[in-house]
Amino acid sequence: MQRIGVFVCHCGTNIAATVDVKKVVEMALAEPGVVHAEDYQYMCSEVGQEKIQNAIREKNLGGVVVCSCSPRMHETTFRNAAQKAGLNPYMVEIANIREHCSWIHKDVKEATEKAVILMRAAVAKVNLNTPLKAGESRVTKRALVIGGGIAGIQTALDIAEAGYPVDIVEKTPSIGGRMSQLDKTFPTLDCSSCILTPKMVDASAHPNITLYTYSEVEKVSGFVGDFTVDIRKKARSVDMSKCTGCGVCQEKCPSKKIPSEFNRGLSNRTAIYTPFAQAIPNVPVIDRENCIKFKTGKCGVCSKVCQAGAIDYNQKDEIITEKYGAIVVATGFDMIKLDKYDEYAYSQSKDVITSLELERIMNAAGPTSGHLERLSDGKAPKEIVFIQCVGSRCADDRGKSYCSKICCMYTAKHAMLIRDKYPDVNVTVFYIDVRTPGKNFDEFYRRAVEEYGVNYIKGQVGKVIPQPNGKLLVQGADLIDNKQILKEADMVVLAAAIEPNPDVRKIATMLTASIDTNNFLTEAHAKLRPVESPTAGIFLSGVCQGPKDIPETVSQAGAAAVKAIGLLAKDKLLTNPCTAHSDELLSNGCSQCAHVCPYGAITYEERQVNDHGIREVRRIAVVNDALCQGCGACTVTCPSGAMDLQGFSNRQIQAEVDAICL
Amino acid sequence: MKYSYYPGCTLKNKAQDLDHYARVSAQALGFELEEISEWQCCGGVYPLGTDEIATKLSSVRALNEAKEKGQELVTLCSACHHVIKRVNDDMKHVADIRTKANNYMQLDEPYAGETNVLHFLEVLRDRVGFDVLKEKVTNPLTGKKIGAYYGCLLLRPGKVMAFDNPENPKIMEDFIRAIGAEPVIYPYRNECCGGYISLKDNELAAGMCRKIEDSAAGFGADMLITACPLCMYNLNKNGNEALPVYYFTELLAEALGVKGV
Repeated sequence: MQRIGVFVCHCGTNIAATVDVKKVVEMALAEPGVVHAEDYQYMCSEVGQEKIQNAIREKNLGGVVVCSCSPRMHETTFRNAAQKAGLNPYMVEIANIREHCSWIHKDVKEATEKAVILMRAAVAKVNLNTPLKAGESRVTKRALVIGGGIAGIQTALDIAEAGYPVDIVEKTPSIGGRMSQLDKTFPTLDCSSCILTPKMVDASAHPNITLYTYSEVEKVSGFVGDFTVDIRKKARSVDMSKCTGCGVCQEKCPSKKIPSEFNRGLSNRTAIYTPFAQAIPNVPVIDRENCIKFKTGKCGVCSKVCQAGAIDYNQKDEIITEKYGAIVVATGFDMIKLDKYDEYAYSQSKDVITSLELERIMNAAGPTSGHLERLSDGKAPKEIVFIQCVGSRCADDRGKSYCSKICCMYTAKHAMLIRDKYPDVNVTVFYIDVRTPGKNFDEFYRRAVEEYGVNYIKGQVGKVIPQPNGKLLVQGADLIDNKQILKEADMVVLAAAIEPNPDVRKIATMLTASIDTNNFLTEAHAKLRPVESPTAGIFLSGVCQGPKDIPETVSQAGAAAVKAIGLLAKDKLLTNPCTAHSDELLSNGCSQCAHVCPYGAITYEERQVNDHGIREVRRIAVVNDALCQGCGACTVTCPSGAMDLQGFSNRQIQAEVDAICL
Repeated sequence: MKYSYYPGCTLKNKAQDLDHYARVSAQALGFELEEISEWQCCGGVYPLGTDEIATKLSSVRALNEAKEKGQELVTLCSACHHVIKRVNDDMKHVADIRTKANNYMQLDEPYAGETNVLHFLEVLRDRVGFDVLKEKVTNPLTGKKIGAYYGCLLLRPGKVMAFDNPENPKIMEDFIRAIGAEPVIYPYRNECCGGYISLKDNELAAGMCRKIEDSAAGFGADMLITACPLCMYNLNKNGNEALPVYYFTELLAEALGVKGV
């Protein structure tokens, strides 16, 4: 029997308001083996930690139970404190009486009863704990960045500048991401390309950065410090080492009617294409689905006109396997589809467009060469209506519950740019609230209203009604004037909500990184660890974690880089000693554990055993400590009970269950 | 194929055409509408009071009779369809209403929303199929430009009615294509005609009807079709005479060559 100390935390009122902490202490003292119990307001504070350390020394404790918050929050804190007082850190157990108890219950009597039960289970477990020693694993000093938008580029540049090699994997043919589609950026109205393209060039020229464009992450294995990743380099059908980027192939390609992804379908591209003029790398790809050569076998024009002989129709996808110490996710966003918002007539009228489409229209390199015109008839609009929060802050399940955060500012930007360039055009904005928290943001919005005369109407639009004469009738409410508004417009611009790139689910699954109901990647702690995933070694950059504008994205990208650099700077990492082991006398070599192991940590060997005097060679399961992540799948699968997890042994779990149920 | 059929009061009086042409068309298409026995008025308006039971019982009786026969329940009038479909949803999902209604009804077996309610248009789309309908058309209405007028009752609330996309429906347009005519899509096709407001403030309803008809005519419609007797009444009373309004079943019967039957 261990000599056990129990420490009950109030967590201010977080626990103490719902759980009678004195009662938990009193009940703890009645548990077998418990020689010390006390409560304190903040056990995680320096004073609280000292209380634990003093008790360990004075009472010669062999085991410690802290009744407090989730072990995800402070298990490490208390283990470190115990270690400093001479106790093996794995002799500390946490009873989670906050998230699992006080936060989810209201009734003090019931919550106290449950807290006591949780405390008992932890005491029962710690009684069977044995000292464990963490091993060491090496750190591969190379980082992977998934996504080549501004977030990925910034993270990669920062890591590369610190001296570590970084690979960027980008799904599309070029890096640049959403920012490359933007015309101007708020709140300073500088040209998006002018500030982005130098960074794209830096990323491609940096000796520590390798770009894998037109590539996707296919498989991830391993763990923090030692990930192994398969990258599928999709066949470009163009030899990157030969192509000079002259562009003749694109001029001559006869398949010219493919909607351009870069211009949001507002213009067409050829089957062999670079998405935009400043693309990096400046090497086209052949879109095989739309290429006549690939569809019919006839054509081959690009190959004939290519002076460099770079066209290679036989190129195959290539799988590159590389090891990484850290992985940064920077998969970005897209705008939601508007098929659930037919009242705004997006699918019915060409003159109802999204803000990103307007961005392309306003851009000198866009489908209208920067001229503001109606897509239906090419005429210059005189009345433009902007509708905010299309699918954002949505109360039902048609849209997103969250605020997309960037729309208020980019709409103010669009309104201002239009009024500046075309002073005879009237601009009206329908809004729920105007949200402009950010440096120089509110000033920017006020300029749109005060200097540029943009007409802001607080209220939502119910319907956009295409008229037989080609105009659009906007039916909305003015909540301040308390009246219905019917406004004739030539163009309507929808601020569609943004959502995480749809691929992120697949990537999060590969990385075992958690994701929320909106498909945003979850941070390890909403306030204190905002750029780390709860999965060790995975970092978050940009909108994949939540809606962000460019300045915020760049700050977060830098923060993610710093976290990754902090990891790569270490030579060795302590490994989790809670790994599985097989009992050679019980293992019957049935392979069931190997089938369920997600990490490929279990192999088999023929081994001479001495089973109570019977000497024979048996096939026995062997666990590779370096690969085992301690998930416990094998221990519950093993039919003979040969598999056991250190720190969570079958006996320990059984003791916890007994303490709760008996 | 046999369906239980709930005609509703209006179809026995003002809207006899809607009923008659549906029956002859059904025969031509090879299915039968079996009028349920002793049906009562649906109430005309779905009662929004959460403790209102009495006005829902007529729907429950009709629904239960179809259940006992093991048939789907077909309606034609938009208002009846709206009321019966929503009451059925209540019986399926709202325990309080289900208990109270069943306590009152004293059925052999309690009713819990088992019957599937179909509008006649849904029968054409989902049971007959517009492609099959197209094949059975003997007298295609080629060259006619028809505006579908949905009104509000068939479409909303979208989740309960589950009829079509309430903001951009297409079932009536597909129907128009199937009978060989050309649908005219206009933005007011899913707006309210004014409904019962015409009794209290006719000018308000008239304004709404004019918007609908002007928009349809502006986009080139020669005529409108509807499934709703009340919409028909309002549009005829208030609208412009150059734009005739027909029940969709009349054009269906015409296209199937059974209008004179």
